[in-house]
Amino acid sequence: MRRFVIFFGLSAMALVPAMCQTGNSTNGQKLFLRDGCYECHGYAGQGGVAGARIAALPLNAQALIRYVRAPAGAMPAFTDKVITDQELTDIWAYLQTMPKAKSPKDIPLLNALEKK
Amino acid sequence: MARSKKISVDRRGFLKGAAAGAAAGAAALVVKPEVARAQEAKAQEAAEVHRPSTPLPGAKQTAAETSPPAHVDVWTTDRPGSDFMVDVIKHLGFEYAAFNPGSAFRGIHESLINYGGNKMPEIITCCHEESSVGMAHGYAKIEGKPIMVMAHGTVGLQHASMAIYNAWADRVPLILILGNIADGQWRRSDVEWAHSVQDAAAMVRDYTKWDDAPVSLNGFAESMIRAYKIAMTPPMEPVVIVADAVMQEEPLSDAERSRLQIPKLTLASPPAGDYGAVKEAAKMLVAAESPVILAGRVARTADGVPLLVELAELLQAPIVDKHFRMNFPTNHPLYGAGTIGSADVLLGLEVPDMWQNTHTQTPVNKMGMVSRRITKPDAKVITIYAGDLFSKSNYQDFGRYDEVDLAIAADAQATLPILIDECRKLITPERKSVIQARAAKLAEVSRRNRERDLAEAAWAWDASPVSTARMAAEIWNQVKTEDWSLVSDLTFVSNWPGRLWDFDKHYQFIGGHGAYGVGYGAPAAVGAALANKKHGRVTVNIQCDGDLNYAPGVLWTAAHHRIPLLTVMHNNRAYHQELMYVEDMAARARRGVENAKIGTAIEDPNINYALMAKAYGIYSEGPIDNPNDLGPAIKRSLEVVKKGEPAMIDLLTQPR
Repeated sequence: MRRFVIFFGLSAMALVPAMCQTGNSTNGQKLFLRDGCYECHGYAGQGGVAGARIAALPLNAQALIRYVRAPAGAMPAFTDKVITDQELTDIWAYLQTMPKAKSPKDIPLLNALEKK
Repeated sequence: MARSKKISVDRRGFLKGAAAGAAAGAAALVVKPEVARAQEAKAQEAAEVHRPSTPLPGAKQTAAETSPPAHVDVWTTDRPGSDFMVDVIKHLGFEYAAFNPGSAFRGIHESLINYGGNKMPEIITCCHEESSVGMAHGYAKIEGKPIMVMAHGTVGLQHASMAIYNAWADRVPLILILGNIADGQWRRSDVEWAHSVQDAAAMVRDYTKWDDAPVSLNGFAESMIRAYKIAMTPPMEPVVIVADAVMQEEPLSDAERSRLQIPKLTLASPPAGDYGAVKEAAKMLVAAESPVILAGRVARTADGVPLLVELAELLQAPIVDKHFRMNFPTNHPLYGAGTIGSADVLLGLEVPDMWQNTHTQTPVNKMGMVSRRITKPDAKVITIYAGDLFSKSNYQDFGRYDEVDLAIAADAQATLPILIDECRKLITPERKSVIQARAAKLAEVSRRNRERDLAEAAWAWDASPVSTARMAAEIWNQVKTEDWSLVSDLTFVSNWPGRLWDFDKHYQFIGGHGAYGVGYGAPAAVGAALANKKHGRVTVNIQCDGDLNYAPGVLWTAAHHRIPLLTVMHNNRAYHQELMYVEDMAARARRGVENAKIGTAIEDPNINYALMAKAYGIYSEGPIDNPNDLGPAIKRSLEVVKKGEPAMIDLLTQPR
């Protein structure tokens, strides 16, 4: 129970965007392409074998910045010399505009696979 | 074989002799070119007085070349040594001989056509030696046996070498015949000096299993049979035979032919594991609470798949598949239902580098080696690996030294029946109930994996460029009712076919490069499609754009030989792995990540693969960037493929 409460607390903090954070999603889209985010995460942020899904990211901008500065996995660390906090905030804003996936049940080809 | 009188015949002299010989209707074994040489010397002398930049023949030379000579001996034969070489080749039952033509093996080439009738083997015209070997690589993984490849011992082998290394690392049997003119006195020109070598096979000896340069026709026969046997004995690997041009081209009399013999071919049975060691492995596996099987190149033949299923079901051990071969049905509840980290006993079957699979890989952005073991601290590791029976030292594809608890040097597929029997003997009713209790849990993991895969496939479903998941789903929707075979790697498309398609037959998947040498994909796909042709299978290739550009002439080979193959371009317009690496390096150096496309992108201009295919004579569609256009394009292209022709769809895709 204790573990659940702690986990939920952290998740809730991450899910609520910081009110002081603002980003320009139009500039974020340019940076997403310029700095090669799409290379591992896909043009639609869908992820794949080389990188995690980042579309509709359930992180606030500060959490994203913290991860990009010191990633845990195979992702390279991007310092503020390479990409500034504001630029990352803009990218975060762009990620929020990416469409969420439909349910596989609403996609006939995937629904057919589900029924197998 | 008796050599004819030792002579020095230059090309012009030989041609003149041959022309005169034809006029005279001669067909004997006579080699006396002195008269022709003398005539030519006089003509040359006259022509060289005032030699223009493009010399014109003088009157004497013109007369010498147009008038019937007084006397010229001819140099023809009814039976060159290469006819016997073709007898040997036919004895081995090669279905095809893939090569780009080369003067060093012109004797065998001619004999294959006119003596052998261009049947068994049938010649496959290739535009690059890398394509010849790549095709043989793909063919062997479908058929389980080699086709014959020929190449110049020098420039041809240099072209072929990367593809040979891929086959070596992928444990694939290949038979390469290299033409060479060992005797300097036989070389007709400076070209033939440049195309000759003392030790032709030396360049690839580090990544071939055996080679020989026989100096007699009997030696050629014996070495070819031995080479075939060695190549086909696990660990299967490429072998090389050098066919000397003099032996190919010298006459062979009936009397000499009667003294030649071709030895009987008897393949060695694959080595099964030591009985005591297999019993020990069975004991560990049956006693395990969470055994996991890591499958590398397990299934050499169709029999390997049901054997692995039998073992996995007997133990209720999940399969972690490396996708080096079609090892295990992807719709089976044990497929992917466990992880290496969950194992208390891990059984590695034909995995060339267990260390890399039992440890995390060092991320590119981390300085130094920071890998850590991912197995449980007390987990036991067993390997059955034919690679332990044979290795070489220079090239490092053998991987890091494996710290394991039980290493069985043997062929995994040959060992599986014994291992299954031993496990069965050890399973008591108590152990059986424990094992069966795992089944429901693993089936639930499998069901959740499927659910997760479908949910992930839905992301970017309508995106342009087209997502690799959408591409895989659209292809599957069209081929699932056919007898299909996917002959391309899964890595570059985020493994989507492996996650969405139902693979259950051995020929439905052939793994990847072996040594990750790019340029393998297109020729291996054409070679695999060639093997599938007689079985009437629909062969599908998801083709990386960078890979195709190494030697796209293989598209012409597919068109020319009417090889049915559906190619869907994974056109992400970059050498994408390297693009990611360069960005990694730039981020590490804290500069210029935006420049990573320099030297890695394949754009400006964008390559139109549909036009490229058309130029090679292949039906094509595209470029397609709207995912809704893909399904109809596949349907139309499949109609072409089912009529026995290749077809290509140029699809603009997401990076991975």
